[in-house]
Amino acid sequence: MPLDGTDIKSIAWLARLAVLEDEIADYQRELGTILGLVTQMQAIETGAIVPLAHPLEINARLRQDEITESDQRYKYQQIAPETDQGYYLVPRVIE
Amino acid sequence: MHRHTLAELSRLLNARKISSEELTSHYLDRTSRHNPLLNCYITTTPELALQQARAADRSIGKATNGPLTGLPVAHKDIFCMDGIRTSCGSKMLDNFISPYNATVIEKLNAAGMVTLGKTNMDEFAMGSSTETSYYGPATNPWDSNRVPGGSSGGSGSAVAARLVPAATGTDTGGSIRQPAALCGITGLKPTYGLVSRYGMIAFASSLDQGGPMAQTAEDSAMLLNAMVGFDKNDSTSLDRQPEDYTAKLNNPVTGLKIGIPKQYFSDNLDQQTATCIQNAVREFELAGGSIHDIDLPNTHLSIPAYYVIAPAEASSNLSRYDGVRFGYRCDNPADISDLYCRSRGEGFGKEVKRRIMIGTYVLSAGYYDAYYLQAQKIRRLIRDDFQHALKQVDVIMGPTTPMPAFQLNELLDDPVSMYLSDIFTVSANLAGLPAISIPAGFAGSLPVGLQIIGDYFSESRLLNLAHQYQQRTDWHTRIPGGFD
Repeated sequence: MPLDGTDIKSIAWLARLAVLEDEIADYQRELGTILGLVTQMQAIETGAIVPLAHPLEINARLRQDEITESDQRYKYQQIAPETDQGYYLVPRVIE
Repeated sequence: MHRHTLAELSRLLNARKISSEELTSHYLDRTSRHNPLLNCYITTTPELALQQARAADRSIGKATNGPLTGLPVAHKDIFCMDGIRTSCGSKMLDNFISPYNATVIEKLNAAGMVTLGKTNMDEFAMGSSTETSYYGPATNPWDSNRVPGGSSGGSGSAVAARLVPAATGTDTGGSIRQPAALCGITGLKPTYGLVSRYGMIAFASSLDQGGPMAQTAEDSAMLLNAMVGFDKNDSTSLDRQPEDYTAKLNNPVTGLKIGIPKQYFSDNLDQQTATCIQNAVREFELAGGSIHDIDLPNTHLSIPAYYVIAPAEASSNLSRYDGVRFGYRCDNPADISDLYCRSRGEGFGKEVKRRIMIGTYVLSAGYYDAYYLQAQKIRRLIRDDFQHALKQVDVIMGPTTPMPAFQLNELLDDPVSMYLSDIFTVSANLAGLPAISIPAGFAGSLPVGLQIIGDYFSESRLLNLAHQYQQRTDWHTRIPGGFD
């Protein structure tokens, strides 16, 4: 099913990606071609098949709930765009 | 000096015929002369390299060294390196000075290797040509109008041109093997879970795997020994008995059962590539192997399945780049949404945004079952094809790529054509199987790669077969004109 301009804008919003008006047509075309490539899969009957998420089907390892990390906030915040007293600064979120 | 393999250089260092400092200076000098044309490095680290080289020389002097001590290496710029810019080929991380080392870098540092720099790559590892890099494409030393492949194109180009004897790469859909094939070097993608992904910037977490890119199988085995190992910081890291990947290099080929999938030899395969592969397979037959036709019936579905699963996982992994804690932030954001949307819209390149959009779409409500879940079921079918085939044969051989290196800009406007060129490589990632690409001849003046796929944890066997082939042929010793 071809994607229209509204679809592109909805997907872009979900992905938090700014899309300019003059980019929409390009995205429609490119995503349309990629989805065309992908539709070959739809024809395959896969009803009873169990999806494979991990290639070796090994579950994620668990560990004891113990503190193993130390506070390195100062170090990590050296490369932050804007901080103040240990907080990361962003434009106002709550009015 | 640069004509030597890692193994040869190791012997020379141990015999004190050369020092690590001399060796490092030699490669640093070559890099400054040739990098402007090849653009294989994003960041070079000459001061760090010389410091590490001097420490290596001291260790060799006291005989406290290992097989890799003092040997230069380059790291794909996807591995976080403490105190050094780690860009992942993207404007989004152009200002990112990593506060820690990836486990792969920690391990190779501990082995005494000398880091020459961070190599160029497709942005966030998304690409097959290194053309999506924010820093411009790397070029192929065999023909500077052509791509070196991708996404580990900088590593491929640097090793082929002998600007460094070996490098690290990562492979999600072929990104070690394809540039190895296009650049005429050896590249191995290990079994999923063998090499830690901690500090290896994530693209598609169920597919990504780091591995060696080097001149020979022996060199690749030496590097792999140091790269593999359980890491508690990576929840997908496997805890297995350590293995010496150099131990079985000299095992005989006799009795080897080689599977040739009929799906890999269609009309779309470049004729000269097909001839090289047929000749390569014949070499294994002469060495005592036997050829068997096999069937991998779902091969054609591997591209659609990959181009759903990989972008889906990427859309999740790349959601961390939000302009808040590190990386690119847009100027004067009007509000929080503007901060996120414009930082990401401006910080990411076109291919990355395309893939995030596809990934977001296939995971969204109403489409998840039809696309993502369906792709995961297809993934099981592809994996089962290999399991079935590997009961009948020991390894599967075929071309790594359908054609040799293409021209710069040739496929850039047609993403789907670029995607289709991954047809022989993506299945190994979907199934988690190890696979190696080795130089197997030339199509005109351009290298052709032979791919060998094995069962889980068969790296020693793959390296053994590659080494035996390299004892009988000399493709892997060829150096592009102007770099020898």
